[in-house]
Amino acid sequence: MSVATTPDSIAHGHQIVLANVRRRTVITFVVMAGLFAYLSYTWFAFDMTGLVQSAKPERAALLAKDAVAHKVHVTKSMRTKDVVIAVEGERTATYQEPPAWVAQNDQTTTVSLGDNYTVHIFDKEVEMIVPDYGTIRVAIVNNRIETTLPEGKETPEWLRATPAKFDARPDLNKRVQVSRAKIEVHRYFTGWENFFFPFSSPLASYSAFEIASLIVSDERLDPIKPNWKLVFDTFWSNPDWQHGNVFIALLETLLMAVLGTFVAAFVGLPMAFLAAKNFTPSNVILFFVRRLFDLLRGIDMLVWSLIFIRAFGLGPLTGTLAIAFTEIGELGKLFSEALENIDKKQVDGVRSTGASKTQVYRFGVMPQILPIFISQGLYYLESNIRSATVIGALGAGGIGLMLVETIRTSRDWENTLYLIILTLLLVIAIDKISSALRRRLIRGKVVQT
Amino acid sequence: MKESLQQQTIDTEKRRSLYTLVVVVLGCAIIVSGFIQANAMNSGHFQEGLTKFFEYPGEIVIEAWQAGRDFPPLLIRFLPALIETLNIALVATLLGGLCAMIFAFLGANNLSVWPFLVPIARRMMDAMRAFPELILALFLIFVLGTSPVPAMIAVAFHTAGALGKQFSEVNENIDLNAIEGLQSCGANWFQRMKFGVIPQVLPNYLSYFMLRIEINVRASAILGFVGAGGIGTELRRTIGWGQGAGDETAALFLLLILTIFIIDQTSAHFRAKLIAAEKTDERD
Repeated sequence: MSVATTPDSIAHGHQIVLANVRRRTVITFVVMAGLFAYLSYTWFAFDMTGLVQSAKPERAALLAKDAVAHKVHVTKSMRTKDVVIAVEGERTATYQEPPAWVAQNDQTTTVSLGDNYTVHIFDKEVEMIVPDYGTIRVAIVNNRIETTLPEGKETPEWLRATPAKFDARPDLNKRVQVSRAKIEVHRYFTGWENFFFPFSSPLASYSAFEIASLIVSDERLDPIKPNWKLVFDTFWSNPDWQHGNVFIALLETLLMAVLGTFVAAFVGLPMAFLAAKNFTPSNVILFFVRRLFDLLRGIDMLVWSLIFIRAFGLGPLTGTLAIAFTEIGELGKLFSEALENIDKKQVDGVRSTGASKTQVYRFGVMPQILPIFISQGLYYLESNIRSATVIGALGAGGIGLMLVETIRTSRDWENTLYLIILTLLLVIAIDKISSALRRRLIRGKVVQT
Repeated sequence: MKESLQQQTIDTEKRRSLYTLVVVVLGCAIIVSGFIQANAMNSGHFQEGLTKFFEYPGEIVIEAWQAGRDFPPLLIRFLPALIETLNIALVATLLGGLCAMIFAFLGANNLSVWPFLVPIARRMMDAMRAFPELILALFLIFVLGTSPVPAMIAVAFHTAGALGKQFSEVNENIDLNAIEGLQSCGANWFQRMKFGVIPQVLPNYLSYFMLRIEINVRASAILGFVGAGGIGTELRRTIGWGQGAGDETAALFLLLILTIFIIDQTSAHFRAKLIAAEKTDERD
């Protein structure tokens, strides 16, 4: 534009710009007000106030504690009168000899809970000694639970005593419960118990060094198999942690994601040629293939999974097909758009040398489309590994289903944390591998992202 | 000289053809062996499943057909559930997008006010992007109870990371001349951002934002299935009932598919309008 800049034209231009700025400010304000109104509406639609009241933040604390600790139960059954000491109350992890913090004689069991808290368990009575507070006595009399606090003391807030149940939890590390059927004392210890070898296994008491020397020694602990196999089998079939099953579940999830993406990419690419304006043999085919892509994408992974679960049952095949069907639509559409945008000059250049049709595709089209094919395929692989955990949770299996199950039973949070860590490691590993591959395979080329 | 160049080209080409062949063979091998493995691990098998593939969709379509006049009211009955899912997705995209904008400004090399925050912001975005929504949603459902909010937070968390990465890439590609021009007439930082940066990045932001809404509607529907409310929860209920609720399942499927289709088409339309020249198709 070659407009002479006179003071008048400058003033005029100034007016126009200012008017534009003002108009934009008004638009910004209206959009902000609209957003605010919408968010206030959803505040009520989501019932945020009700949620704040019903939220159980103590569950988060409990979970955080339980995820990195294990508890040992000291249980006295009122029916058999036996005292059982077991990790997490599991029958398979019962102590034969009481640990140092539990003292037993004929009539009483004394449990030291740490921090000078002590519990004496008598026949039908419990004494709980709380430092700086006194002794709380709980007795089971005629099927009622009677609690006696030290004289002149208020009921502390960590204690709940009713005729049906006594429950004291002075902090997250200790808990005493008395009901008509049993007396149960929990003491928490930091760490994941029996992570490597089950409690009952002879290997459980070995140190890491002893395990290492066991593996290299020729003297067999079990005459049937070599030591390294014994160590591995004991670890792999650990009933509390189920390393073997967890590994298979992870593999299933990985299989679903990799196979689903692979199938989608290799089926989507040829179909994309049919759906690209500059390659399609006929517009009728173009129309139908594009609608097919829309349909596959529109039905969504959720619906596909539910249909495939009905047809194929549980397992990685179901997840694979659900991912593949959705992503054929996604990748097909993407590839066809990329094909429509390729540089014609390269194609013409190859054609001008007298190349055959296959050679034109091979040297004119494929080199242009390949980087997009690879980079988008890898991007979708990353996203599908997350999708695979979710559709696993719907019922397709794999680590997703395992996660949902352990969270639903909400018994051993350390198992859940273990699964979460492994899932995260898997996702991060795939992310890293895929970005490394992307960098390596399409080095120097500007890749559309 | 000429010959050797020709020879070189031919050699390179031969090598490349070999690579291609290897990749194709490897790809086929992975697909075939993977399918065999997956088939073996599955509780139902491919061949028998194939015959049953149309059974279930057929079943619910027939039940929907039999419902006849009662079918359209079903669609209206499930509308609130659909709106809840849409709300989850939209609020998550808005809140996640807001966080993403902050992250993007902190994580872009050319704009950052505090350069030492750039790597921190980037690593955080990576971590948030990689974190599977399912895990966060399940944890929050446990703490907060069954409600749409856990799903919303989970989706927003992922969105903040994913959009943040895309936004910061947009920020890094802007034309800095506009900012310098503004600086030369004495604009302060806020004004430079408002008149120099925002107008440049807004179309790209909006386009990524719309794509994200579509992705998040899908994610919210799925998370409903694990107990986060909305259309997914309704689906689990009707599917759990098995036979007899086929018309309801069909209604829910129809609503979900229609919604995703409409959002997909509208967002594609607007994105094409926003950025005619640039391609923006990327998910994560």
